[in-house]
Amino acid sequence: MTQSQGQGNVQQQKMQQDMQQEYKQLVKNVKPRPPVLKNTILAFLVGGAICFFGQLILWLLKKQGLGDKEAAAATAATMVFLGALLTGLGVYDVIGKYGGAGSIVPITGFANSIVAPAMEFKREGFVFGVGARLFTVAGPVLVYGFLVSAVIGLIYYLIR
Amino acid sequence: MQFLLAFVIGGIICAIGQLFMDLTRTSVTPAHVLVGYVTVGAILSALGLYQPLVNIAGAGATIPLSGFGHSLAQGAIKAVQTRGLLGAFAGGVEATAAGIVAAVVFGYAAAVLFNPRS
Repeated sequence: MTQSQGQGNVQQQKMQQDMQQEYKQLVKNVKPRPPVLKNTILAFLVGGAICFFGQLILWLLKKQGLGDKEAAAATAATMVFLGALLTGLGVYDVIGKYGGAGSIVPITGFANSIVAPAMEFKREGFVFGVGARLFTVAGPVLVYGFLVSAVIGLIYYLIR
Repeated sequence: MQFLLAFVIGGIICAIGQLFMDLTRTSVTPAHVLVGYVTVGAILSALGLYQPLVNIAGAGATIPLSGFGHSLAQGAIKAVQTRGLLGAFAGGVEATAAGIVAAVVFGYAAAVLFNPRS
């Protein structure tokens, strides 16, 4: 009695597994594939345009007599400022809708990832709302950035 | 010419990210992309492969977040040259401090001043 029940259970499990697999296949067939070519071209154009704009700022700052390093740092800060401002105004969302990774990868996208969640969760207060959510994405980026930079420094220290 | 190169190289760097998002599992979020770019940028920089790209493309290589990784790696290496072991820990953050604080200050101001749409 118990044995046949056990067998029944095994059979049932197998049937369920089969059904799950069938379902997965079905989802795979029905789910729209991302238009890869179109997305890639848009990412290229939007990302390229943002970098072009960055180059323009860099050129203007160098013309003002800033050194290479200072000009690069000031350009990054300016782009962060613009990314934060455009996110606040709701413009960056529109750019992101079309640009995909073209709007994520540049440093303006980093600014966007800082502002958007902090703005969204402002009602949770200035410490756990704004303060914590600023680092929703920036936190992991800084953690791995610092880690890899320390590891590179240590390796360089050992092998130089 | 430098503007065209910034556009093309910067565009290609972003397009690679888009391909990565579209052709891999759907669980690849913008956070994964940004972490990946910083890490890969730092490693390429340590191997001496990123500086040539910066020389060619200017902002096309420094504005993508891989450029942030490049600054972190070069900062750590240069600080080890001048200060030894302590530099390995301090160099990366020192080189990128202005950018990080700018991101926090401007990010904070925008989050407080503006409200989300819809």
